[in-house]
Amino acid sequence: MIPKIKRRQMLDMLSSGLRVDGRGLEDLRPVEIKCRSVNNAEGSAEVRLGKTLAIAGVKTSIGTPFADTPDMGVLIVNAEFLPIASPSFEPGPPDENAIELARVIDRGLRRSEMIDLRQLCILPGKAVWELWVDIHALNHDGNLMDTSALAAVAALLTSEVPKAMVNEKGEVIVNKNEKQKLPIKCIPITITVAKIGDKLLVDPCLDEEEVADVFLTATFVDDKVCTIQKRGEKGLTEEETLKCLRVAQRKARELLKIVKEVIGYG
Amino acid sequence: MLNTKNKKIVLIDSDGRRVDGRRPDEMRDIKIKVGILENADGSAYVEQGNTKIYAAVYGPREVHPRHLALPDRAIVRCRYHMTPFSVEERKSPAPTRREIELSKVIREALTPAIVVEQFPFSSIDVFVEVINADGSTRCASIVAASVALASAGIPMRDLVAACSIGKVDSVLVLDVTDIEDKYGEVDLPFAMMPNRGEITLLQLDGVLRLEELEKAISMATKACKEIYEKQKKALKEKYVELRKAIIEGGKT
Amino acid sequence: MPIYVKDWDIVVPGEVLAEGEYIAGPYVYKDGNKLMAMAIGIVECKKEVIKVVPLQGPYIPKVGDVIIGIVVDYSPTTYILDINSSYKAILQASEIIPPQRNVLAEDLAKYLDVGDAVICKVVRFDKYSDVMLTCKGKDLGKITEGRLIKVNPAKIPRLIGRKGSMINLIKKETECKIVVGQNGFIWIKGKDSNSEALAEKAIRKIDEEAHISGLTQRIQLMLQLEKGG
Repeated sequence: MIPKIKRRQMLDMLSSGLRVDGRGLEDLRPVEIKCRSVNNAEGSAEVRLGKTLAIAGVKTSIGTPFADTPDMGVLIVNAEFLPIASPSFEPGPPDENAIELARVIDRGLRRSEMIDLRQLCILPGKAVWELWVDIHALNHDGNLMDTSALAAVAALLTSEVPKAMVNEKGEVIVNKNEKQKLPIKCIPITITVAKIGDKLLVDPCLDEEEVADVFLTATFVDDKVCTIQKRGEKGLTEEETLKCLRVAQRKARELLKIVKEVIGYG
Repeated sequence: MLNTKNKKIVLIDSDGRRVDGRRPDEMRDIKIKVGILENADGSAYVEQGNTKIYAAVYGPREVHPRHLALPDRAIVRCRYHMTPFSVEERKSPAPTRREIELSKVIREALTPAIVVEQFPFSSIDVFVEVINADGSTRCASIVAASVALASAGIPMRDLVAACSIGKVDSVLVLDVTDIEDKYGEVDLPFAMMPNRGEITLLQLDGVLRLEELEKAISMATKACKEIYEKQKKALKEKYVELRKAIIEGGKT
Repeated sequence: MPIYVKDWDIVVPGEVLAEGEYIAGPYVYKDGNKLMAMAIGIVECKKEVIKVVPLQGPYIPKVGDVIIGIVVDYSPTTYILDINSSYKAILQASEIIPPQRNVLAEDLAKYLDVGDAVICKVVRFDKYSDVMLTCKGKDLGKITEGRLIKVNPAKIPRLIGRKGSMINLIKKETECKIVVGQNGFIWIKGKDSNSEALAEKAIRKIDEEAHISGLTQRIQLMLQLEKGG
């Protein structure tokens, strides 16, 4: 429960364009990306947005493709909001918030075609690579969505998977000593804009999240939008919606630059 | 692009018509019936082409379990569920991750319209059953649920109307069917309170330039205003018919 | 100041009723300059005030309401009643048990049992407590005979009519004793089963046709026809 006085103070400050943590309305919190910290994973990334921390790990396995996409690898995104991250998280299977977050990130990865899933086919109709992206919240101080999305993207960017081939007998052979990068085509960037009163602000911290009426999360690739999710139990006008998206587009460009610098992609 | 291997399927023909013969900005026929599930406080049945949906509203009623109750407003709960026979291959009746997400976004699309402050410590429960799915099920669910809420007499600021926009063969289309969803490039479910101009559901799955998105939203807004008129007509229908019957009965 | 509706029009949530300096009555709200309906109901305009009388809807308790509740449970000192609302109602056992007796030593079921109907009055209801009832007073208390029917609580104002005109008409024509609970429960006690049935029929008709003008005349006509036949 956020005290009323804090809420009022936040609204007062926002009306003069100030945020509780001193940021401007369109400022992201400092971003930190730490890749490859998990030796046993094919790829991993810890991402910090201010005090919010999430870790994503990529594991692979060989499985059968879906019947309708026999020549494509499989991508699975899962998210867990564990009690370690916040006093408000409880143990148990993912709740609707964790499921929504995972599905929004999944759509962003899929629709941006970040990974060329066709290249993850080993034997059409029989064997393909399965990419498991598991996201765990470690510290929740707002905007787990963008933090987790960035962690997933960074983990995939730095993943190295073993080589697999098919021998003369038609069997799949995995060579664990020879590793290669994933077939990356682009980098999708996810940005959330929150609406508090009549103000739109980027990358809400926890206090702001608790006061916010509604959120718009958008994923951008090559300056186009490929996923949108409106969240929260209030509405937005058409004008506000478009304004949110334009702000998010600008911030996505900015964050993309940071990612490229840190990871050295492209 | 995704699904390029499926480009053999023509979704817009040389006359600019869609698979089912509609123009890009044409909606399927929508049938709305009010109050057919007698046990519920409010209910509705919506048929939009082959998408068929029942919605029922129970409440405001006592919250179970009690600790979920809020002292300043009603809680709104929503369960979107597909019957196992509603899709081509039998779906397990257990709720999937998709259904859990859709239950959440449908709830968030409806709640802005409900005057929840009037019913502290209560719950308003919305149940949606998809009987037959042929695209746009979440939008049709919102149309049905919002009519069911109004028919339960629950105070609302506006009805919520909903429709989906797709992009098939590079053309923006209104009211996406299953085949257009599967083989199309974009799906954009949308809901709004038409008289207040507030968007309450917005999702995008597929790549769009912002200018295209702007166009999609204005298409959807126009369609939602038409859907509102249908919702209004359906809600009034049962009362208006009765009135007519009585007035005509009085003459004889 | 355009107005788009007239008396007896049926409206649904979100419908724009008027624009300008009108006053929003119950179930109407202002959005900027527009007056919009907040529930499915019938329009009533009186001078500048536009209101909507809901056609459906839940019972919201109000202090002073006479209601009829059904006992669903009891604790050592209280009865719990279902009052057709999202709130449970409490009736203190001391309301029923004679003052010279010790409440804690009594078997509460001897006085009121689960399933019993009681005519009560709401004495307290606020955000922070359950609905508190009393059953001490004229016409209040346990019901043992006659018939109990339930209508949509939103129709109760029509059933009572202006200054009780409608309900008095039914009472007069059927010679029944009728207690109208604001929560939608109605108790009818007549001299015989036929008169009770007639009163019930009239009340059911009101429940169904409450949104159509000329209701009083129709009910009057019906009652006289039925009695004559």
